[in-house]
Amino acid sequence: MNKKPFERPVIKKVTAGMPSKFGLQVHHEPITEIDGVPVQSLLDQFGSPLFIYSEKTIRNTYKEAYRAFSSRYPNVLFSWSYKTNYLNAICNTFHQEGSWAEVVSGFEYKKALANGVKGDQIIFNGPQKTRNDLLLAVKNESLIHIDHFDELYELIEISKESDFKPKVAIRINMDIGIYPAWDRFGFNYENGEAWDALNRIMHCKTLELTGLHTHIGTYIMSAEPYKVAATKMSDLALGLARKYNHHILYIDMGGGFASKNTLKGGYYPGTDTTPSFDDYAEAIVSVLMKAEFQPDHLPLLILETGRALIDDAGYLAGTVVANKRLADGQRASILDAGVNLLFTSFWYDHDIRPAKPMSDQTEETAIFFLFFMNIDVIRKNTIFPLLKKGDPFVIQRVGAYNNTQWMQFITMRPNVVLIDMNSDVHVIRKEETVDTMNQLEATPEHLKVF
Amino acid sequence: MIRHGHGITCDVHIYEKIKQMKLKKSLAISETGFVFDPSTGDSYTVNPIGLEIIQLLKVGKNLKSITKIMTQTYDVDHNTFERYYYDFLGMLKQMQLVTLDD
Ligand SMILES: Cc1ncc(COP(=O)(O)O)c(C=O)c1O
Repeated sequence: MNKKPFERPVIKKVTAGMPSKFGLQVHHEPITEIDGVPVQSLLDQFGSPLFIYSEKTIRNTYKEAYRAFSSRYPNVLFSWSYKTNYLNAICNTFHQEGSWAEVVSGFEYKKALANGVKGDQIIFNGPQKTRNDLLLAVKNESLIHIDHFDELYELIEISKESDFKPKVAIRINMDIGIYPAWDRFGFNYENGEAWDALNRIMHCKTLELTGLHTHIGTYIMSAEPYKVAATKMSDLALGLARKYNHHILYIDMGGGFASKNTLKGGYYPGTDTTPSFDDYAEAIVSVLMKAEFQPDHLPLLILETGRALIDDAGYLAGTVVANKRLADGQRASILDAGVNLLFTSFWYDHDIRPAKPMSDQTEETAIFFLFFMNIDVIRKNTIFPLLKKGDPFVIQRVGAYNNTQWMQFITMRPNVVLIDMNSDVHVIRKEETVDTMNQLEATPEHLKVF
Repeated sequence: MIRHGHGITCDVHIYEKIKQMKLKKSLAISETGFVFDPSTGDSYTVNPIGLEIIQLLKVGKNLKSITKIMTQTYDVDHNTFERYYYDFLGMLKQMQLVTLDD
C-alpha cells in the first residue's frame, strides 16, 4: 500500500482583528461546474449574471429532510413555502416529491392553483387574506389558517352563507425563549388568546377545526425551541381532545430551519453551526411521541420548511466587471450582480467563489455591485482570490428568498436556469427586456411627443 | 526531573501530563480544518494532518492508538511521528485547547 506523504501537524490562531471565518475560506475552492455543466458555458449561453438551480440538489435535500422525519414519525407531510421560492419549476419539483403548497397571499394561492395543486392541498396562511381570497379558499376546501379574530369572524360570516364548511386551523404564537419573539402573527398561547379562539371555533357549527399551526421564526439556529413549541402545540391538541372530544387532524410546525449559510457577524461558518434535519426532527418528534396522543389520533405532522430545502440548490453566477483600489488603498472588485438580485446579502456573508481555477493568492477585498451605491456591498471585507476583469464567479446557497424578493433596479432581472437530473439545462424564467418593462406602462397621449 | 546518563535533564513530567491531556469538549471542529473555542471566542486553522489528530483526540484515542493509525496511513516512522505529536500537543496546550480534566 502506498502511504500518504506526511506533513508536520500545525495549528494557527486566526489573527486578531480578522474575522474568524476567514480561516475557512483561505482556499477558495473554485466552483467550475454545477452538476457537470461548466459555469462558464452557462454564462456564455444564457448571459451574465445568471441564476442556476440544481434539480438534483432540490430532490436530494427534500429526500434527506423527509427521511429525517418519516423515519421517526408515521405521518409526515411537507408543504412547500411559496414565498421562499415561487418559480413554478421549483414549486413543481417539490410537488412531484409529494409536497403540498403553503401560501400567504391571493397571488401565491393562484400561483399554486395554476401549477395544478389541488385546492384541498393548499395551506393558506397569512394575516392579509381578502374576502375574495377567503371565498375562493372555502370553495376549494383549502386549509385556512386563521391569523386574528377579525379573520375568524369574517370566516364565520362566510361559512353561514356558504354550502361549504370551511376547514380551519389557527396560527399560534408563543414564547419559545428566543428573541425577538414573533408575536405579530396568530393567537398567543401564554395569555390564553389561543384558547379563546379555539373555544369560539368549537362553538361554531359551521366551521371545522382541522389543525393547529405555528411558525416560530426563521433561521432558528438551534433545535431546542422546536421542543418547546411542540410541547405547547401538543398541549393544546390534547386539551381539545379532553374538553371537546375533538381530535385535530394535524399539527403544522411551520418553517424556520436554518440553512448552511453564514449569518453576518456569525462567529463561525453556517456549515459548522447549522443543526441537521435529524436534529430538528428529533426535537419535534420526541415531544409528539411522548405526548399522550392515542395511537389512532396521532396527528399528521406538517412542515412548511422553506430556506433549508432550497438554499443549497440555487447559485448566482456572474462576471467581474472591474477591480479598483479605493482611496484608502483597499482593493475592491465590482461584480455584475448585486444586492438587487441578492437580497439575502443583507443577512448573510455569502460564499463567493471563482468559477475557474485560481492560485491560492488572496487579498482582502470589498465586493461591490456594478453600480456604486454605498449600500450596494455584497461583502465588505473578504479574503478573495485575485480575480481579473472578465473572470467568472459563483455565489452559492442563494436558492431561498432571492427570486421572490429581487428588485428590478437600473438593470433587468436575468435568466434563471434549471439543470435537470440528466444535466440538461432549461430556462425556467426568461430574462426581462426593455419590452417586458415597457409593456406594463402607459404614456398618456399628451406626453408622447416633446 | 530525572537525570539521564549523559547529563541532559528532561522534564518527563510534562510528557506524562501531555499523555493524559484531553481535548476540550466544547470545541467546534469543522471538516475543513477550522477550530473554534466558544469559551474564548478564538478561532484556529489547522492543516489536514493536525485535523486528523484532533479528530482522533476528540473520540478519546490515546497516543498509542493515534501513532498506530497515523503511521499506517502516512509515510512516517513512530519516532518522528511522536516527536511532532508532542510538538503539536504542546501547541494545543499553549492555546489552552486541551485540559487535564474532562
Ligand atoms: C408561515 C410560514 N411558513 C413557512 C415559512 C418558511 O420559513 P423558512 O424559510 O424559515 O423555513 C415562513 C417564512 O417566513 C412562514 O412565514
